[in-house]
Amino acid sequence: MSSLQGYVDRRVLLILQDGRAIVGTMAGYDQKSNVVLSDSKERVYSIDEGVEEIPLGLYLVKGDMVVLIGEIDEVLDQAVDLATVRAEPIMPIRY
Amino acid sequence: MLIFSVFKTLTDQQVTVELKNDLSITGILKSVDQFLNIRLDNIKVLDEGRHPHMMAVKNCFIRGSVVRYVQLPSEHVDTQLLEDATRREALSQVKR
Repeated sequence: MSSLQGYVDRRVLLILQDGRAIVGTMAGYDQKSNVVLSDSKERVYSIDEGVEEIPLGLYLVKGDMVVLIGEIDEVLDQAVDLATVRAEPIMPIRY
Repeated sequence: MLIFSVFKTLTDQQVTVELKNDLSITGILKSVDQFLNIRLDNIKVLDEGRHPHMMAVKNCFIRGSVVRYVQLPSEHVDTQLLEDATRREALSQVKR
């Protein structure tokens, strides 16, 4: 089983169908990969500016919207200065 | 069901998953489930310069519905066996 077990209480990066990237602490999940994130922030990427973090608080994401959930290595993540990162936003999903 | 079985035989092999948002991720296949959701370890995003979003991510869960392709290590896939199993499965569906 390829469940999300092991991600609970960890800092995770969620990539959504529309290309948004949300980081948060995984509070819970279910079979349909619905996910609850606590203390979550959206990371907005752009070419002209550094990454902007928008606080979202407690967030429930429907499983249909999930593309990818990645465990964040907090040491590595804190070493990155987001204000200097310039990148195109992630593409939305196209079926 | 057949493809699910194929994936199960490929655990701990290196695969490259291309997603429907044009992101390609290489990693060690850790597990698969019936929706073909995939767990990858030790991941690397192709063209990391353009996609720095996952720099701090070392393992991930990919939803099966957003996978476009999976590149498999050909030396670990027995195509002859796969063909035979496909025919067997097709035959069993005709009988029903």
